[in-house]
Amino acid sequence: MATSLQPLRLPATELEKIASKCRRKILTMLEKAQSGHPGGSLSAIDLITTLFFHEMQMDPQNASWEDRDRFVLSKGHGVPALYAVLSELGVIPENELSTLRRINSRLQGHPDRVVLPFVEASTGSLGQGLSIAQGIALALKLQKKKSRVFCLMGDGETQEGQIWETAMSAPKYHLNNLVAILDNNNGQIDGHVTEVMDLEPIADKWRSFNWAVHEINGHSFKEVIGALEKARTEPQKPTLILARTVKGKGVSFMENQIGWHGVAPTAEELKKALAELSGGNS
Amino acid sequence: MGAKATRDSFGEELRELGKSNPSIVVLDADLSVSTKSVTFAKAFPERFFQMGIAEANMIGTAAGMAFSGFVPFCCSFGCFLTGKYETIRVSVGYSQANVKLVGTHAGLGIGEDGYTQMGLEDMNLMRGLPGMMVFNPADDKTTRAAVRFAAEHRGPVYLRLTRQKLPDLHASADVFKPGRGIVLKSGGKLALIGTGATVAEALQAADGLSSYKPWVIDMHTIKPIDKELLQTLATQCTHVVTVEDHNVIGGLGSAVAEALCELGYPGKLLRLGVQDTYGESGLPHELFEKYGFSVAQITRRVDQWMNH
Repeated sequence: MATSLQPLRLPATELEKIASKCRRKILTMLEKAQSGHPGGSLSAIDLITTLFFHEMQMDPQNASWEDRDRFVLSKGHGVPALYAVLSELGVIPENELSTLRRINSRLQGHPDRVVLPFVEASTGSLGQGLSIAQGIALALKLQKKKSRVFCLMGDGETQEGQIWETAMSAPKYHLNNLVAILDNNNGQIDGHVTEVMDLEPIADKWRSFNWAVHEINGHSFKEVIGALEKARTEPQKPTLILARTVKGKGVSFMENQIGWHGVAPTAEELKKALAELSGGNS
Repeated sequence: MGAKATRDSFGEELRELGKSNPSIVVLDADLSVSTKSVTFAKAFPERFFQMGIAEANMIGTAAGMAFSGFVPFCCSFGCFLTGKYETIRVSVGYSQANVKLVGTHAGLGIGEDGYTQMGLEDMNLMRGLPGMMVFNPADDKTTRAAVRFAAEHRGPVYLRLTRQKLPDLHASADVFKPGRGIVLKSGGKLALIGTGATVAEALQAADGLSSYKPWVIDMHTIKPIDKELLQTLATQCTHVVTVEDHNVIGGLGSAVAEALCELGYPGKLLRLGVQDTYGESGLPHELFEKYGFSVAQITRRVDQWMNH
């Protein structure tokens, strides 16, 4: 059946509510699983929420609709954020979220495209998603389709050389249908990105590789929407949205704490976090 | 009898397929003149993607194109391609991407360029990935058949090709059936199994070993290995020899050893090939001689082994 769904274009106020709900889902999932990555899920959730509920044309009922926009989560460890959004869209049943990281679950610790709809790429080995996103974008151009590809990368992830191979090749093929978003939360397992392997000046690097670069606050829905709008009308270049984010955003005791990269909250910590997140948002 | 490098057969067959199958796209990493993907590129420039000297990005891009319905052939030297193992492992293997990896310049057979350009561990690496089929055809006709099969098959494939010319061995492409070895000679207690470039070597060596009435097998598919044929050999032979222009670890010799053991083969196995070492520069025939799988070496070593 032919689908022709427009992007949802929800306003910032609505996006904020959904993202807050997703934050609670993320933390609840992780507490239940007693493993996973809260820091990078919470830094990415506002970006992923905006993509699915504002920017992308897609049909939650029809994952294989060929005119859908694609989302590639290159930073695969942030997948609880994607699962939360997919559950808000009704793609993943609410009760399935508690199976995260359990045996026989579709909700793998890192995304598996073979078992779950709307997971366009299996990721988790860092640095690979942008190449895949580029391949999809290239294919869409060949098929003369207007659909676009969004790829979310971690900042630490861009220490991988393969990312820069794609940084080189995407402009060659004029992939203005490719939008890469860098979740720049300045945290990775061994410390701050600026200490482990500094990436700055990030915007200059991507600009010099011939990408259209927009630097924004990745937690300001207005700014995220604004940057995505600009990407929509980019005539030639691929776009890099440099989203300055906060690792663990939304939970006071997790924010900017490297220790929360890959540690699940205890029941007590979850209670505290949920109480904070319920503050006026639900 | 003619002779042709299997990379040439590949390039020509790919161009043929390009005419009838618009889904085929080809990517190369600055070696199209050597891998012969240039033959396709000239005919279908809009479906050829020059990715520069950046193999990992090429492989990931191919995966993305495969997810969108294309059939990408991803070409480089076997060593450079399979050297990007982690990208192949996740973006192609685990992702079940319909990508065809074409690794040319297999083995010592490339000669003078030396070890760093030789695919000597490529079959080992690719064989370890679930769902990956591994082909190492021995002549023009079966290479073309393997290329056609790869284009039709839905799933990842590794196709290993030679730089050097290989003599025609098969009268028709019909003898090529994926996963089924080709019996070139039926025999008695001794079997010589080759793959790719070494099939012709084994066949020639069989002349000098004719008193043993050896079987000669073209094992063009390394994965899945032909267990049915190996069952026959396990039952009838007391001595089985594998010959490969590849490290004996992880390639033909390993695949045959694993199968024979599981099948309860009570006899002996001799694995000829590169003996867990690196290669070097030289003329191909000098290297085959030094590393122990020239026609003369196969004949001498098998004869000694049979009389041991």
